[in-house]
Amino acid sequence: MNTQAQRLKKRHRISAAFKCFCLSVTCLAIAILGVLILEVTVLGLPWLNIDFLTRFPSRFPEKAGILAGLAGTLWLVSLTAAIAIPIGVLAAVYLEEYAKPGRVSTFITINIANLAGVPSIVYGIIGLAIFVRFLGLDRSVLAGAMTMSLLILPVIIIASREAIKAVPSSLRQVAFALGATRWQVTRDHVLPQAMPGILTGVILALSRAIGETAPLIMIGALTYIAFVPEGPMDEFTALPIQIYNWTSRPQEAFHELASAGIIVLLLVLLIMNATAVWIRYRGNKNRFR
Amino acid sequence: MSQTAPEIRLTRARSRPLEKVLRWLFFACAAISVLTTLAVVGVLSVETFYFFQQVPASDFLFGTRWTPLLEPKSYGILPLLFGTTLIVIGAAIVALPVGLACAIYLSEYAGNRTRDLVKPILEILAGIPTIVYGFFAITFVTPSLRTLIPSTEVFNAASAGIVVGIMVLPMVASLCDDALRAVPNALRDGAYSLGATSFEVTARIVVPASLSGIFAAFVLAISRAIGETMAVTLAAGATPNLTLNPLESIQTMTAYIVQVSLGDTPAGTLSYQTLFAVGAVLFAMTLVLNLIANAIMNRYRDVYE
Repeated sequence: MNTQAQRLKKRHRISAAFKCFCLSVTCLAIAILGVLILEVTVLGLPWLNIDFLTRFPSRFPEKAGILAGLAGTLWLVSLTAAIAIPIGVLAAVYLEEYAKPGRVSTFITINIANLAGVPSIVYGIIGLAIFVRFLGLDRSVLAGAMTMSLLILPVIIIASREAIKAVPSSLRQVAFALGATRWQVTRDHVLPQAMPGILTGVILALSRAIGETAPLIMIGALTYIAFVPEGPMDEFTALPIQIYNWTSRPQEAFHELASAGIIVLLLVLLIMNATAVWIRYRGNKNRFR
Repeated sequence: MSQTAPEIRLTRARSRPLEKVLRWLFFACAAISVLTTLAVVGVLSVETFYFFQQVPASDFLFGTRWTPLLEPKSYGILPLLFGTTLIVIGAAIVALPVGLACAIYLSEYAGNRTRDLVKPILEILAGIPTIVYGFFAITFVTPSLRTLIPSTEVFNAASAGIVVGIMVLPMVASLCDDALRAVPNALRDGAYSLGATSFEVTARIVVPASLSGIFAAFVLAISRAIGETMAVTLAAGATPNLTLNPLESIQTMTAYIVQVSLGDTPAGTLSYQTLFAVGAVLFAMTLVLNLIANAIMNRYRDVYE
């Protein structure tokens, strides 16, 4: 009797210890995020001021700024958005509203899922071979934006398809019954209903494009740029490239500059993600009233 | 889509040219994804074909020295593969147990409130750009490692591996969480009513029942770690080293690709083609792993539905 009670006690002790273990591991993961943010803020905050935001890169850390990177990232994201959003959303419209279920549509779906898992540096190789060399776009913002578009297209298509799928089909049936064409149904009923979901996906995809470094290095964006690009054919640099450049130098001062750059990058991403959350929240509130 | 309206669609599509044009336009957009795949496969295989005309495939796959940019040139990819393997092992040691434990906590123990708090934090971790993790490796993990083990080199595989592990952790946790939560509560209730403790329910019922999903998450994490570039380029070094010592400087496949593209390598040269050969190996490895993970996931989805 006594031994049985002891065994039961032991089993409960093991169980409690296991719960403690899982909890502390989860806390550890959260603590890592804390350490990361603390490290970046402590190193970078003293460098973060108006001068840093309005100066060009320099060999002297105290004179260096992030303007070229910030402007390059803005150019890159705007062009990427202009290329990838229409293509991605319309591809999702085709797959959800137009394509008949069958081999072609299954093949495209599987293909998109696999593209989403291709490492970003492979997109960089393709960008280098096709956009930079074959199409002769050189190291322009346009070449960068086209490479990034290929990278985020699968993300946009998958998110938009989910959003379109969530639109109830009764809505389509009513519109069809009143004689609307497929395009009218899509344009006037499906897309407006799916818009919050599509926008959320698009913003998340664009924030991925802002953070990606490797494909841009591949197409040769890691050069000394001390100007703001004025057209899509200009050379450019971007925030993550500038951060990479500073991090790869041995001097401590450049590491501090890099963390100031990281703060700027994370703030940009934070603003975009907050917008996505806000749109999702508003969309949920207004839907199907 | 809807089965109720096919006739309307047929007549309308014929009578309105705009509808037809738009249909083809949308199809073209969807076809771009297929074209992308063709471009990836085409570019990689053409350049790799030229590469293999000058370097025998057996030298490339089984050679133990990788010095394509230095004399005497040698094109054995094994050192790069070993480098990548070291990073993957490091990342797996960090991400798999921690990710699974996080997922178990979230799905089996945490209340709704804790979940709502922890999940967004994991999403933030997942959304941090890889360059930031590279910075973290250089300025925090490597110095800490060097204080703990003084023989650690400035650039080392361990630091990069740990950071890549932190990077893929949120993905492992979230995919494992999905797998664990797919197990029906009836199984848990049955075990509890027989007097099992929460540890026994988790370890003997829930985890075995969701093993395929957990395994798929692990495979995807490894595929991610193989393709990871920036943290590895910054922290692991640029010395292709045939070693299994994580404290030494190494070079991964991805880091080599970056190294070549940083220099101005003219198109058509052999060193330019190495970039595509290494890229092809990288692409093939991640593709195979992703296909395996997808196959496992599709299979386990059918079990409880």
